[in-house]
Amino acid sequence: MRPFTYERATDSRAAVTAVSRAGAKYISGGTNLLDLMKLDIEQPSHLVDISRLPLKDIDELPDGGLRIGAQAVNSDVAADGRVRTRYPVLSQALLAGASGQLRNKASVGGNLLQRTRCPYFSDTAAACNKREPGSGCSAIGGFNRIHAILGASDACIATHPSDMAVAMTALDAQVELLGADQAVRHVALVDFHRLPGNTPHIETVLQPGEMITAVVLPPPPPGRQLYRKVRDRASYAFALVSVAAIVAAERGTITAARVAFGGVAHKPWRGTEAEAALIDHPASGATFRAAADAAFASAVGRGHNNFKIELAKRTLYRTLAQVTQPDEDTP
Amino acid sequence: MSNVVDRNSADIAAKTTQIALTINGLDRRLELDPRTSLLDALREHLHLTGTKKGCDHGQCGACTVLINGRRINACLTLAVMHEDDDILTIEGLGSPGALHTLQAAFVERDAFQCGYCTPGQICSAVGMLAEAKAGWPSHVTADVGSRDIVLTDGEIRERMSGNICRCAAYPNIVAAIRDVAEDART
Amino acid sequence: MTAMIGKPVNRVDGPLKVSGQATYAYEHWENDVGQPLYGFIVGATIGNGRIARIDTTRAERAAGVQLVMTHLNAPVQGIPTPDPSVPLPYWVAKPELSSPDIHHYGQPVALVVATTFEQARAASNLVDVEYTAEPGHYEFAARHDQAYAPKTLVMGIATDTAVGDFDSAFAGAEVKIDQRFTTPYEFSQPMEPNVCLAVPHRDGEELTAYVSTQIVSAARARIAKTLLMDPQRIDIVAPYIGGGFGSKLAVHAETILALLAARQLKQPVKVAMTRQQIFQLVGMRTTSSQRVRLGAERDGRLVALAHEATMYANPQEEWAEPMAAFLRSLYAAPNRLTRHRLVPLDLQGNEDVRAPGEAPGLLALESAMDELAHALAMDPVELRIGNEPTRDPERDVPFSDRRLVECMREGAHRFGWEGRPARPGSRRDARWLVGYGMAAASRGHPQAPTKARVRIGADGNAVVQSDMTDIGTGTYTILTQVAAECLGLPMDRVRVELGRSEFPTSWGSGGSWGAANSSNAVRRACEALCEKQRTADGRIPAEGLEAEGEIVGASDDPNFTNYSMSSYGAHFAEVGVDIDTCEIRLRRMLGVFAAGRILNHKTARSQLIGGMIWGVGAALHEEAVIDSRSGAFVNRDLAEYLVPVHADIPEIDAIVLDGFDDKANALGVKGIGELSICGAGASIANAVFNATGVRVRDFPITLDKVLPGLPLAEV
Repeated sequence: MRPFTYERATDSRAAVTAVSRAGAKYISGGTNLLDLMKLDIEQPSHLVDISRLPLKDIDELPDGGLRIGAQAVNSDVAADGRVRTRYPVLSQALLAGASGQLRNKASVGGNLLQRTRCPYFSDTAAACNKREPGSGCSAIGGFNRIHAILGASDACIATHPSDMAVAMTALDAQVELLGADQAVRHVALVDFHRLPGNTPHIETVLQPGEMITAVVLPPPPPGRQLYRKVRDRASYAFALVSVAAIVAAERGTITAARVAFGGVAHKPWRGTEAEAALIDHPASGATFRAAADAAFASAVGRGHNNFKIELAKRTLYRTLAQVTQPDEDTP
Repeated sequence: MSNVVDRNSADIAAKTTQIALTINGLDRRLELDPRTSLLDALREHLHLTGTKKGCDHGQCGACTVLINGRRINACLTLAVMHEDDDILTIEGLGSPGALHTLQAAFVERDAFQCGYCTPGQICSAVGMLAEAKAGWPSHVTADVGSRDIVLTDGEIRERMSGNICRCAAYPNIVAAIRDVAEDART
Repeated sequence: MTAMIGKPVNRVDGPLKVSGQATYAYEHWENDVGQPLYGFIVGATIGNGRIARIDTTRAERAAGVQLVMTHLNAPVQGIPTPDPSVPLPYWVAKPELSSPDIHHYGQPVALVVATTFEQARAASNLVDVEYTAEPGHYEFAARHDQAYAPKTLVMGIATDTAVGDFDSAFAGAEVKIDQRFTTPYEFSQPMEPNVCLAVPHRDGEELTAYVSTQIVSAARARIAKTLLMDPQRIDIVAPYIGGGFGSKLAVHAETILALLAARQLKQPVKVAMTRQQIFQLVGMRTTSSQRVRLGAERDGRLVALAHEATMYANPQEEWAEPMAAFLRSLYAAPNRLTRHRLVPLDLQGNEDVRAPGEAPGLLALESAMDELAHALAMDPVELRIGNEPTRDPERDVPFSDRRLVECMREGAHRFGWEGRPARPGSRRDARWLVGYGMAAASRGHPQAPTKARVRIGADGNAVVQSDMTDIGTGTYTILTQVAAECLGLPMDRVRVELGRSEFPTSWGSGGSWGAANSSNAVRRACEALCEKQRTADGRIPAEGLEAEGEIVGASDDPNFTNYSMSSYGAHFAEVGVDIDTCEIRLRRMLGVFAAGRILNHKTARSQLIGGMIWGVGAALHEEAVIDSRSGAFVNRDLAEYLVPVHADIPEIDAIVLDGFDDKANALGVKGIGELSICGAGASIANAVFNATGVRVRDFPITLDKVLPGLPLAEV
């Protein structure tokens, strides 16, 4: 960990000003940033502590939505009564992630900005275009069991590790940003993270100095919500694949559907093709299968992760069955 | 904001910061490199070595302490970020002659072998029981919307999964926590 | 005399451990230790080649740095020379930074010592190294054509054995199983990292090493031989050890480097391996490819039995794990064959990981036995019982005490084995396919030379001393019980002191020998003390009384020649396999064990359960993956090298059959530290097959390996 100076920001405006100096970074929960600083992957020379900014509240919005402060910690969001009853998919996703200790520290903003778990990214001796643009991708041709099957490029096949962001993507969340110029803007979460392309080191649309101040959830969509995470051990592990599904059906026909995937791409992946295959179709196995096939029609395996394509299809299939049939056995 | 002591203006690395921490109810003043994790501040500067370093990356839970009553990994936070916080470590929970009920239950249930993850397990259990009491759901809670949290063995296991025990005393740890949780109910 | 041995008393060190007051190696802040400096290891980023140039200028100029040690300035050290008096490598010199040659990825190329940990870690990134890399061989599967037969396996165990005519008998067998199983690299990864606090005295002429080690005498010998010092000038202190599981039988780079630096700087220095470094600097369980051939009559009687294990070895430090050796005494068959071969690779040397040999070997063999039972449509328990030998089938000596059949029968009864799904893939519980599996357990019982001392004061309080360690195994507690019973004292009048090189020597904790060795040595010391007391007319003189007790190693004890001595057990597991995603979850598990007399039923049960959970990890989770391009372990942290967590472990019970092996030793005790891993993973693998009908022979059994065999369950 390289030397840095530290300051605690007193308000959001001061924070964006403070972070404008070269080498400065925000620190909030620190659970990912400090992890990577210890490995010399992140190398800030100045830390602006925003964890105590008054951005922890979860507020009702006039339209029936919720505004979740970026400094709210994951566990507070997961335990919030309004989230649990109106956005259970978000609560479930948060609770499926990390551990009790990490959720007590990790902030909503930091969760969106966490870096990939690609082991080559966190090894300074390995080539990695995300860490060192132009150096190559060690995961291609290397051990890539946890890597992307959708939207990857020949420059990078890393995945985004968040569970929370997958649920938020399905919920059509907006990210509220405060810019260096003190201006506030909103970006749809689905557009917030970028695909790797040739610039995998640029992971989001954040401008220099811009700070996440909140995530805005629109009013709850119609239908039932479910988050399903598949992993190699029962808890405290990153997703091999995960599915957030919000589906409404009337008299056996699907009337509304939102689907998002985790563990499959460089960003939380909105399954628009699957949604199209669901809406106005009967809530049946054939429909779910068609949705799963549509969702992963363009999926590409890189060797060790080939199994993820079939696994993701099955996970979606079953999640759709469960979310549309309340009596379906829960695993 | 704390004042910065500049020992060598040419070298940012030599800068230390004076901070005040409240640990186990005592005010402690320290002069620290800002890079010092809360865990290293406890172990290397305050010699409170009950909090253990297992992985230093939030992947094992051995460093679990309670900040304002909530369990966190002390390895993944900077000491300098915790001024004005109430920090509780295993040493503040009980002593060999006056064990906390969870510590006593761990001894009775033989809920440890090498003992290295044990302080973290116990601090984590303290935080976990408070979370359950506050009605927080978990990954295995069938209906996250329900406020009625029953701390089954399955719930305890899921909620304690951030604490790895390589001796694998898991069934005994769950039994010890169950004992205390049941005592608290009756 | 009050009976104390066997009682399920609480650990005597429990209150210290649960309150954070037990002091581990990195945590000694006693006044005489002083403020240490902090060392941080820099590892090679190539797997084979040499250092072409190393520039420490930037690191040396960094804040707080006191020393950067490399091969250019490291002191001359001893070279590894086999010690004929000890058949294990842990007592041998292990020089560090002794040449520019790189033999494996992560090998130390520098130690940076600074005033603070933060400074040392930061400066470690400022050591500039240029390498001349050479092609290395890192891929086990690609190098089987290079396999060779080692002269012997560890401890002088025979590389190959053959009885009868396997080939003809197997060719003529009515039912045959011929399968190849693979097991991955695995790491012990105890929760306490490998650490050392090195404190010099008298200008570095004498050293105290606070070290996390399983064997104090081995640590002292290795340090003395490496630093070219008189062992008497080295004091080892290891009162508490945060787990070992084989990875701390020997001290590694952290200890040698901390001591070299402390000696040179004449200041205390402490070094801890990072969790990531442990994956490159401590030996792992070898990966393996195991061919098992079973030939049987229709009635299940084995006529031919072969187990051939191919493993890897580092050519610098060959270490051959006895992976098929247990089979030489496990099942009866007139025609049999065991073979071990090694494939040289440019990886760090492999080492012991809990139950070396049996743990990976039984995964394969007991899976194959299940395949045979399935092929014969026999109850797997009955198949094994039908092949129970009356004498050791290869050595032709009697068993000292076996009881495998009893373990299986008792386990089957308690588990409800008769209720198992008769056909694979036939039982559903909601979204889960449910299966039962069982496997046998066996683990050799070793014995090593061990001494202990007992002293009783005029106040009637006794002190027991040995350089034996308690790595979580309960040594403090069981030795307190043994001494209390033998001396006729209440437990609170006995204090056990362990883990110091000034105490009588032992082989410490490892190989499941610790409890039997040390309890019998303490018993003898107590008997000698009682004899002295009788001679003194029962009075204890003012200066107290003292006596030593000693036991010899297995090679000097005729019982180990005249009898086949092992501990035994049986595992029963129930798993659920998600019908869609093939996630595998253990639902319940039971182990029944026979290991002679048990010294403490509470701590023994805990240790047995812990071992069974290691079997869960071996079956379902653990795998360290090599990048065959660089020779580095890719998933080298605890987020990616998965070990079981709380949520993976349901109700597990371990039952011990009360017993007494009168051939093993006077207390009738055999080791249990490794027994319960042996076969545990196979019972889970067999349960997965019973649940799904899919047989996975490539461990661990992760969902991706089951998925292709299990069609999508339609809504």
